Amino acid sequence: MGRKLLLEHENVPGIAGLEVYRAKGGYRSVEKALRTMSPEAVVEEVKKSGLRGRGGAGFPTGMKWSFLAKPPGVPRYLVVNADESEPGTFKDRYLMERIPHLLIEGMITSSFALGANLAFIYIRGEYFYVSRILERAIDEARAAGWLGRNILGTGYDLEIHVQVGAGAYICGEETALLESLEGKRGNPRIKPPFPAVKGLYECPTVVNNVETIAAVVPIVNDGGEEYAKIGVGRSTGTKLISAGGNIRRPGVYEIELGVSCDEFINSDQWCGGVDGRAFKAVVPGGSSVPIVPYELFLRTAAGEPRLMTYESLSDGGFATGTMLGSGGFYAYNDAQCIVRSTWNHTRFYHHESCGQCSPCREGTGWMEKVLHRLEHGEGRREDIDLLWDIQRRIEGNTICPLGDAAAWPVASAIRHFRDEFEFHVRHPQKVKDPRHFEKEPFVRTPKPAAV
Amino acid sequence: MPKVTIDNIEIEVPEGTTILQAARMIGERDKAHRHVVPPTMCYYSKLKTSGGYCRTCIVKVTKGSEKDPRPMPKPVASCRTAVMDGMVVENTTNPDLLDARRGVTEFLLINHPLDCPICDQAGECHLQDLGYEHGLSKSRYAFERRTFEPIDIGDTIKLHMNRCILCYRCVKVGEQLTDGRVHGVINRGDVAEISTYIQQAVDNDFSGNMIDVCPVGALTDRTFRFTSRVWYTKPMDAHRACPTCSGRVVLWMKGDEVLRVTGRKDQWGELEEFICNGCRFDHKDVKHWTVEGPRTVDRHSVIGANHYELPQKQKLLTKAAPDSTPVGRPNELPGR
Repeated sequence: MGRKLLLEHENVPGIAGLEVYRAKGGYRSVEKALRTMSPEAVVEEVKKSGLRGRGGAGFPTGMKWSFLAKPPGVPRYLVVNADESEPGTFKDRYLMERIPHLLIEGMITSSFALGANLAFIYIRGEYFYVSRILERAIDEARAAGWLGRNILGTGYDLEIHVQVGAGAYICGEETALLESLEGKRGNPRIKPPFPAVKGLYECPTVVNNVETIAAVVPIVNDGGEEYAKIGVGRSTGTKLISAGGNIRRPGVYEIELGVSCDEFINSDQWCGGVDGRAFKAVVPGGSSVPIVPYELFLRTAAGEPRLMTYESLSDGGFATGTMLGSGGFYAYNDAQCIVRSTWNHTRFYHHESCGQCSPCREGTGWMEKVLHRLEHGEGRREDIDLLWDIQRRIEGNTICPLGDAAAWPVASAIRHFRDEFEFHVRHPQKVKDPRHFEKEPFVRTPKPAAV
Repeated sequence: MPKVTIDNIEIEVPEGTTILQAARMIGERDKAHRHVVPPTMCYYSKLKTSGGYCRTCIVKVTKGSEKDPRPMPKPVASCRTAVMDGMVVENTTNPDLLDARRGVTEFLLINHPLDCPICDQAGECHLQDLGYEHGLSKSRYAFERRTFEPIDIGDTIKLHMNRCILCYRCVKVGEQLTDGRVHGVINRGDVAEISTYIQQAVDNDFSGNMIDVCPVGALTDRTFRFTSRVWYTKPMDAHRACPTCSGRVVLWMKGDEVLRVTGRKDQWGELEEFICNGCRFDHKDVKHWTVEGPRTVDRHSVIGANHYELPQKQKLLTKAAPDSTPVGRPNELPGR
């Protein structure tokens, strides 16, 4: 295993420039699509490929594209979501830094398929320097005739603009992103209408993740069926995983979906195992997906080995499973404190809540305060149930998924690591030292088998 | 026309009606069915794009439509969800939903100062009503509440941000009623606040309506503040020939003194018509007005209870409409 479709040439010197990129076969997909294919045929290939949104939700891209409304005389837009703000996720940054032309190429091909003549890259404020790289790539592409009017003499026009955000997590939610792109406050819109009907400037819009758009390039080059041969079941193709935490080899890896979790975390090809201690827990898809104990990451509740696919990781629902999410993979060793980590996550969501709808606005702050109290040795026994109650009432009751994203990590931490929360209540003096589990790793009491 | 069933009561409504509007139609058709109407804090039928924020009007859709009978997985905001033919909605008949609504109420109250005893809105506050119906008797929130200093936004309006629930109604008034919005929401999350960058900036012929649309005591009338509790005043329907607005208002009187002028609110607590600041702030003399008679206070019972002598009331009503039932009797009060 180990075919690379996106990062194949990541280490070629000068691949960020057009000349080298072109020499390595770049922009073939644009030539193929614009000269030999109809827009519908490109959409058809993407449908056949089974490509699913790489931003976290995993919605089939071809289906999303086919929902795009096409009223006559109304412009359509493609917006690339490069507001990669999920804690633990840094794959898009790597891709844009290393091979910016791959994104530009994917955008041209995708815009052609969607019939868009204007496309945007919305990039987070912290990636300011990456926006420079992208702008340079766009200038190069325009000078070489890949952008602008009458591309390749086919009569197709396209302009791409880079818009730098101000660094708000919420602007990664597609409708908040569109509001921000329009120059407004980044509040998520109430759906329906969905962006495919009324998006940017009230026009039909497709919002896709950077990696999703980049994946369109190999799909058009080799055909959707060829792409679908990689992977398992409904998880096709390759996925970028940004791995971090207590592993020996952190970094961005392109894996074929279907690699076994055990192999991914322990083999030297990828994460390289734990950094000297024992694994305790894994978050496989960015901070908002449920945290799972190491054993449940390796094997499902039924004892089957888990694979790095959308389906296998979510096997068992939220009771014993998790999600592939955006691919922000990180692992904890036994010196880490789950309560502290949960508090840290919740602090992030509290800070990033837009404040539009009440459950998220008020609930995230409340959870943070309770978790802070627990972690700093001032917790009470009833706090654990209180936390459970708060997260339960946020989940599914907000305008956008940020509410769910804030609730799931808390829910899963309590579900799987309740004993650690109880330890914090029982030993307030011990946990006042922020390095409490580093000095004395927490020993889990084995759970009695279900009756 | 789509047919929708809310809490086992069926109604046929025009295409594009929201679940909330359908529920209100049921309530209007038969007073006994008023309980199916979800409470609202941010939705305002007269303000476009309002609603969807507070989540108090959530309902459970157990059957999407005749064509697609799948239930909707999550509770939906009834104010922003259109009905489909054959839709089945549960509001008060679903214990889980009521629990979720209690959760929303708790969230709205954790940072609320609960300063009702010194708040001018007390007695006509939607958050009070919501708290009575869906709140806990005790707070589980054991932390310091967030606080802001009260500020004057314009010479007639006082803003107590502490009490605000960020319903965005006043922002929509600024957008849709005045000739230029000068206030809005700044900051984000639980420290987001309604504000003007420059104090005193809200100055517009229709800005006073922000006070009326505010469901809580965040925006109050500076010409009325601390003058009287609302339930000690007598609301009277009155009108005058106004060049700017319809001039149809409610005078809140004590003796012959006009303490406050507001627009007329309907049974859902919404203004029937928006009124101008001239009527609201500058005509506080009963001589300026033609008084029509006592206002029928329907939904907000604190003001309505025991307000007028019943015989007098009956006389008034018999004169106007002989067959209408007297309003204000205990059994007529809108208790749910």
